[in-house]
Amino acid sequence: MAKKEESTTVETTKIDAKIPAGPLAEKWSNYKAHQKLVNPSNKRRLDIIVVGTGLAGASAAASMAEMGFNVLNFCIQDSPRRAHSIAAQGGINAAKNYQNDGDSVYRLFYDTIKGGDYRAREANVYRLAEVSNGIIDQCVAQGVPFAREYGGLLDNRSFGGAQVSRTFYAKGQTGQQLLLGAYSALSRQVGKGAVKLYSRYEMLDVVVIDGRARGIIARNLVSGKIERFFAHAVVVGSGGYGNAFFLSTNAMTSNASAAIQMYKKGAYFANPAYAQIHPTCIPVHGEFQSKLTLMSESLRNDGRIWTPKSKEDAEAIRTGKKKATDLSEDERDYYLERRYPAFGNLVPRDVASRAAKERCDAGYGVGNTGLAVYLDFSAAIKRLGEDVVRARYGNLFQMYEKIVDENPYNTPMMIYPAIHYTMGGVWVDYELQTSVKGLFCIGEANFSDHGANRLGASALMQGLADGYFVLPYTIQNYLADQIQVPRMSTELPEFVQAEKDVNDKIKKLLSIQGKKSVDSLHRELGLIMWDFVGMGRNKAGLEIALEKIKEVRKEFWSNVFIPGKDADMNSELEKALRVADFIEIGELMARDALQREESCGGHFREEYQTPEGEALRNDEEFSFASCWKFMGEGNEPVLLKEALDYEFIHRQQRNYKA
Amino acid sequence: MWLIDSSIGRKLVMSITGTFLVLFLLFHSCMNIVVIISPDGYNTICEFLGANWYAIVGTTMLAAGFVIHILYALYLTYQNMRARGNERYAVTSNQKSVDWSSQNMLVLGAIVLGFLGLHMFNFWYKMQFAELSGIETGQFHPADGAAYVKDLFSNWAYCAIYIVWLSALWFHLTHGVWSALQSLGLNNKTWLPRVKMIANVISTIVILMFMSIPLYYLFGCGSCC
Amino acid sequence: MDKSINVTLKVWRQAGPKVKGKFETYKLDNVSTDSSFLEMMDVLNEQLINERKEPIAFDHDCREGICGMCSMYINGHPHGPDGEITTCQLHMRVFKNNETITIEPWRSAAFPVIKDLMVNRGAYDKIIQAGGFVNVNTGGVPDGNAIAIGKDIADEAMDAASCIGCGACAAACKNGSAMLFVAAKVSQLALLPQGKVEGAARAKAMVAKMDELGFGNCTNTGACEAECPKNVSISHIARLNREFLCAKFQD
Repeated sequence: MAKKEESTTVETTKIDAKIPAGPLAEKWSNYKAHQKLVNPSNKRRLDIIVVGTGLAGASAAASMAEMGFNVLNFCIQDSPRRAHSIAAQGGINAAKNYQNDGDSVYRLFYDTIKGGDYRAREANVYRLAEVSNGIIDQCVAQGVPFAREYGGLLDNRSFGGAQVSRTFYAKGQTGQQLLLGAYSALSRQVGKGAVKLYSRYEMLDVVVIDGRARGIIARNLVSGKIERFFAHAVVVGSGGYGNAFFLSTNAMTSNASAAIQMYKKGAYFANPAYAQIHPTCIPVHGEFQSKLTLMSESLRNDGRIWTPKSKEDAEAIRTGKKKATDLSEDERDYYLERRYPAFGNLVPRDVASRAAKERCDAGYGVGNTGLAVYLDFSAAIKRLGEDVVRARYGNLFQMYEKIVDENPYNTPMMIYPAIHYTMGGVWVDYELQTSVKGLFCIGEANFSDHGANRLGASALMQGLADGYFVLPYTIQNYLADQIQVPRMSTELPEFVQAEKDVNDKIKKLLSIQGKKSVDSLHRELGLIMWDFVGMGRNKAGLEIALEKIKEVRKEFWSNVFIPGKDADMNSELEKALRVADFIEIGELMARDALQREESCGGHFREEYQTPEGEALRNDEEFSFASCWKFMGEGNEPVLLKEALDYEFIHRQQRNYKA
Repeated sequence: MWLIDSSIGRKLVMSITGTFLVLFLLFHSCMNIVVIISPDGYNTICEFLGANWYAIVGTTMLAAGFVIHILYALYLTYQNMRARGNERYAVTSNQKSVDWSSQNMLVLGAIVLGFLGLHMFNFWYKMQFAELSGIETGQFHPADGAAYVKDLFSNWAYCAIYIVWLSALWFHLTHGVWSALQSLGLNNKTWLPRVKMIANVISTIVILMFMSIPLYYLFGCGSCC
Repeated sequence: MDKSINVTLKVWRQAGPKVKGKFETYKLDNVSTDSSFLEMMDVLNEQLINERKEPIAFDHDCREGICGMCSMYINGHPHGPDGEITTCQLHMRVFKNNETITIEPWRSAAFPVIKDLMVNRGAYDKIIQAGGFVNVNTGGVPDGNAIAIGKDIADEAMDAASCIGCGACAAACKNGSAMLFVAAKVSQLALLPQGKVEGAARAKAMVAKMDELGFGNCTNTGACEAECPKNVSISHIARLNREFLCAKFQD
């Protein structure tokens, strides 16, 4: 394999996604009808490790335990209820058509494919749309208090990028309520002893024996002890890698380490470049800042986004000489309504984010940094009254006021895009199995359903679809062959070696005793990512990024300072282990973005845009999922391509103008 | 036994005994107020509630109510202190919406109990006890309650003591009454402020009725009629 | 907008669950009033790391007030002296220049300290595991609209369900009682027809577990409600009492 800095080695092995044959609408039923099942007495003898307790992890662990499998569930926080799915605000999509506005499974499928800019697998997305209705029923049965209409039936709202109202919600806390539903199902199984829960544990490696995943190495975050766990199959639902940017809307412990360990043990990493930048976040306001706060996309249903029409006004606002409310209607530029008359403020996230960046780069930004645009509710308050606006968005307004110290009822909110969700992730086939046998990946951690961009309210849908309705079936197709496999000893050489590798890595990190704190190095990485691998990418910038990331890696491994011991609670050590992997994923993102010479969804290459500044896809050359294969430390990864064949729908340039 | 083992069971006992004691206080205060209107009428009631079987049964039940209420209070407090852990907060502060009395029910209860002893000596010992035992314990006839009342409250120090006592009782009741209803589950979001108001009204009426007697005698009204 | 203050921090340091803890005092200058309390703690930790000292351990995760992980008792209040927020949403603008801020862990026998300001709230999980769920398996459930639920009932259930399980209620309660937490879950599920079916068994199981874990008795002081970052009302405690007593009298 020739290695040159710019060129990527491409392997032409055909990647088999194991998509069942037959018409689109029958694939999933056909699969279920013909898959192998495990009988109840054998289920008891099979152990499954589930890493993560978010929507995907908790629902999968609970569902598989209900079926009779013996489940070990690992949680990085002190309780499964704190997984970051809890922070999702807006809602969850389903093709119920309760509103009689013409929705259907096909339409949800179509919107999701289109929203993902035709870079997702048709079969997976269709299955997702198909099981979406069951999710709502399941959650209602668990006691999730979805919003209801006065007649007692479920309420819906419309969400970015859709022309029907198919989003179910529970105030501004939908993710919380769905997660608590999954958490209650999980807790029920923990109480019954069917799930053994390990909280404050972090997975640090996968153990592969004879080509199959057979367990994990995890660190007890309280005692610092490294422990080995065996299972017949390993499922990882560890979330996305947005924290590579340091500042993101992810939680502080959200990390890419589990995914990177899977990658290093042979699982392909797919589409790392596809990261979603959410348009409605509270802007950055200081160097000390540790995270960005998302304001639900639902705000765009009633809020109008604008910047001043003239640069002079923008400048006056930035320096505090003028206030937003001083500008009259004709002095405001409602740029989304101007550019996209059909969808207006409800264009998909990637489009809205780029438009905000375009305005700010052109000098029309507001706020003291100039990196903010207005989200204005004055029209909605006039139209609906303050009470209605308060009932819809009160908790978000309160959150904004606590952070920014401004009252959004009187003065427009300021927003700016921020890294929010990563569509890329560990490659999985139709069965959600990675390229390592017995190793499964679910939820945001995998790459499967969103293509190059995710529509609002479909992450919750995907996490729960994977956990409740897909994995519990597909994993049996694998486990049916494993019923003869006895529980293995964790004294096997592969376990011993994996634990030793982890210990060596920790010892090495602790021995550096350099001068820089983990956070300061993470911040350096984040700045590089935001500047060069953020909303607008280009060849030169990505090449600079690759160079700079190398420097950060060198600096990290020679100058990081971690106080404390390994066999103790040590939050700096935890962070260091995660940052080491963020550096890896950062490099992979830049590499993938460089390779993909087109613009699609969340991936925008400045060289490839239409004259109006819209993303320009190249279906001829880039209609594939890029799958990166690890080739050993210090070697460059190899690119494999999974061709995306569009059998059932016709691809078009996305158009949100008319 | 869930009335001892379970926290809500224990609270049920507290609220039922508490409610019983509140009802007794209501009755007691209504009875007392008669002394202002008609000392003779008051004495008739005293005689009626002397050494009769129903009065004795009532008194015993009342005493049992007190004892259970107090024992449970001590047990609850002991458990609650344990539940707080070994380390105490270095800085504590009060929230506006939290009533002072609700945080100090045991202290208030102890004050009430202390004065109760005195009160028993002042009246019960000289009246019902004297009648039951036949021992001469006071200077008046055991059924001449009005005389005892007039005599005691002509002393301003006793008046002051009783007023302090009744104030403590008022604080104890304002929290106690609504808390009893809450513990019985007779509350919801709409009724929360109403229940608190009802509790305040009941306790204030009871205490005002009680207090009116020492005040009435203190300001000399007793001697002029 | 950009103002900064100097503060003195009295922080509880405790190396482990069995070790005796004590207060350490730190001075921190030029703290931006726009920073959040946890960002201030980050700056303090960065300062400690630069002095090659061990940073302060504290729980935090989502930093947007919903995960319930952060847990500090600041100047006598769980989550600090501001209403309806978690520690991560507390901002330095509520403090005065040169103020001394005392930071303690949750103190409750059922929440033992793990390290410094970090406590073990596993007891709350155990209470949920005892019955804080509806007994349904995945699949085979009726349509979401099969049972109509009045909007006001759904809304009240939602208010109860907004509990984030942070533990501020037990931390604020002078009796170390977890009643508000238990009530929120019991009440949410008792209000909804899906949960009502097994309401009696749930109330009994969850209360029994709460008692077993060493939480105190509720004396209706209302401190829990006053400090609850999600404003969960003590009227839910009345519903729990009702559910529990009815269940017991039915036995």
